[in-house]
Amino acid sequence: MMSRSVLIACGVLAWICFLAMLGFATELGLQQEGLQSEGQEAISNIEAPNVSLLKSRSSITDRRLEWPTWEQWWSLILLRDYNTRVVVLGVTLLGAAAGMVGSFTLLRKRALMGDALSHATLPGIGFAFLLANQLGWDAKSLPLLLFGATATGLIGLGVVLVIRHSTRLKEDTALGAVLSVFFGGGVALLSVIQQMDGHAAGLESFIYGKTASMGIRDVQLIAAAALVCILVSFLLFKELKLLCFDGQFASSRGFPAIRLDIVLMGLVVTVCIVGLQAVGLILVIALLIIPAAAARFWTEKMWVMFLISGCIGAAGGMVGAGMSAVFARLPSGAMIVLVCTVFFLLSMVFGTSRGILVRWLQRTQLNRSIDRQHLLRAAFELAEPKRVSRGTDNEIVPQDGHREQVTVSMQALLGKRSWSSWRLNRSIDRAARDSLLYRDGDGISLTARGVIEAARLTRQHRLWEIFLITHADFAPSQVDRQADAIEHVLEPELIRELVSLLDHQDIVVPASPHPVEEMKS
Amino acid sequence: MNNTLSESSATATKAIPLSIDDLTVAYHRKPVIWDVSLDLPAGSLVGVVGPNGAGKSTLLKAVMDLIPRASGRIKVFGESYADNRGRVGYVPQRESVDWDFPVDALDVVTMGLYREIGWCFPVRKKHRQAAMEALRRVGMADLANRQISQLSGGQQQRTFLARALVQDADLYLMDEPFAAVDASTERAIVDVLRDMRARGKTAVVIHHDLQTVAEYFDYVVLLNMRVVAHGSVKDVFTPENLQKTYGGRLTLLDEVTEAMRHQRRKL
Repeated sequence: MMSRSVLIACGVLAWICFLAMLGFATELGLQQEGLQSEGQEAISNIEAPNVSLLKSRSSITDRRLEWPTWEQWWSLILLRDYNTRVVVLGVTLLGAAAGMVGSFTLLRKRALMGDALSHATLPGIGFAFLLANQLGWDAKSLPLLLFGATATGLIGLGVVLVIRHSTRLKEDTALGAVLSVFFGGGVALLSVIQQMDGHAAGLESFIYGKTASMGIRDVQLIAAAALVCILVSFLLFKELKLLCFDGQFASSRGFPAIRLDIVLMGLVVTVCIVGLQAVGLILVIALLIIPAAAARFWTEKMWVMFLISGCIGAAGGMVGAGMSAVFARLPSGAMIVLVCTVFFLLSMVFGTSRGILVRWLQRTQLNRSIDRQHLLRAAFELAEPKRVSRGTDNEIVPQDGHREQVTVSMQALLGKRSWSSWRLNRSIDRAARDSLLYRDGDGISLTARGVIEAARLTRQHRLWEIFLITHADFAPSQVDRQADAIEHVLEPELIRELVSLLDHQDIVVPASPHPVEEMKS
Repeated sequence: MNNTLSESSATATKAIPLSIDDLTVAYHRKPVIWDVSLDLPAGSLVGVVGPNGAGKSTLLKAVMDLIPRASGRIKVFGESYADNRGRVGYVPQRESVDWDFPVDALDVVTMGLYREIGWCFPVRKKHRQAAMEALRRVGMADLANRQISQLSGGQQQRTFLARALVQDADLYLMDEPFAAVDASTERAIVDVLRDMRARGKTAVVIHHDLQTVAEYFDYVVLLNMRVVAHGSVKDVFTPENLQKTYGGRLTLLDEVTEAMRHQRRKL
């Protein structure tokens, strides 16, 4: 179960990283083209409201991935530049909104709806640009382009719903078909526009995201939309949580599940649309999925997951936008997603609730405690004949109060179970550190504490064996192995029940119902 | 004026908890339940029994308007379900939700109060206390803060029961609460049901174990797409009626299979 989800997560990550790399590569490729036709590049530079700190360095002597100076870093950290400040703030809010909304869609298992939606926006952007050009409006006005994006995005979603309801195709098929067809149409449309019209280059920023092309007005729009999303998420947190957990119960209680689903979809649409410019339509889905998936590793409370997810999204937005302010040529979408991915990887490994490390530690601890129980019982049973011969069946605690007189040889312990001598020695070392036993020449002896613990374990094991024989008709030769698996999970109340069932109160450790290997001395 | 008001409220509480008249429900034009008419007595435990695919869950969902009905009228305490939602508690099938959801048992139980709390308002302390009380009634007070995937199947079922209890409804609709639960959970649910009856509440319970029907319920509805029989357990829960509920369908299937085999032989 876990390994499968990890596998899927890794697959998604690999895919996103691939897309991010593709983003870099395309961007670099475009720059080379730009170098070849410097004049055209200069025009588009003037036209794009470039807020980068590097904007004074024009394109003619450009060495694009130049390392920023200390001064530039410093002014970024202090957010000295007004434009940078606004852009970073806007994208941070966008990240927070996406993280919060994403935690709902992840739990509603609708995470990929946003992907179909965002890919379906591309043709809309192209159409809006063409229409505005025809009518002589400002073809790069963001609200207009986003309006076109919303229109085809919603059409795409509608097609998904129609396919799902009116055919026998499953939702993932419908999503895949719509996503690729709409995106393909958009790409074709964009290349047509580019051939018709040289200065349509800005439209690419919608595919991979480019904060550098954002103007103050654009940022204001993004920030306002993100704030609305955050506000709605907070206000309807309780209702959306109920919808995600148990939609049918929600409608039985009079919460309109369909309308709540529409609200949730509306939030996704808003985040995707306003995120187009900063993150790009291919990667905006990552901002909806990765922070929520990362947050899930830290908590079992939805409220906490919701907040952590918002914080990771915000951090991704902030760092990503900041980085693309100093590295003007890096696509900001890729930066944002890579920062989020770093958070995801950290969460996957170190997450306190479901992280790999925590689970590994728990498993190791469990294995160690099982090994210790096996070791103690083995030592107890091997020394048992000598103890019985001393007539101390009921007084298992050694007389001198410190140590048992019987030494159990390593040879005998190794023969008792199929464990390697390395594993046995480690287990003995750990038990010795907790002063349950100590090494005595070639063997070990139990301490007083060790004997008490070992007697308790042996008792559990044998009670279960006797129960199996008397009540479940097991053959005595088979019960040892059965009890071996069960003894580690027997809780005190079960033991009490066993004792009353078997009427064994008086004997501290019952005799084994089957022959036990003895130590050869 | 005062008099008529108190009179009308008195008749409302006395009214039949659930009255179904001529209900037909169809999925994709294929009828699932046909012409069901029922009047359930107040203050009784009603078992709904029938084979798989007999439309038992569909009946409950149709009562709560969760699925559209082709025809028929349903009255809850004399009014429509939408008007009397607050007096109905629903316990869905355990398998209907993802138990890996990031909430604990107490959270799930508080969900039963969301309607009372109202849109946009947060859960407050008194709601959490009420939820705690409901958990105590099903013997789960110690497990209130445990994440729901860490609960055993029986404990999950009890959590769902507590979510319905916390509403303090008058009519409870339960979809197979006894399915695959341990003995102690079964006892706990039966205790809760008897306690409900003692307080004059009605519970409609979909049930699979024919052995325990007579022990747990006063009233039984035998359902197989249509109502085969309904009435007190003593009168209705007879071998003939059970044969009609479970057997008829099977013999028909046998006949059809036989006919097909015959046809194939001829070809």
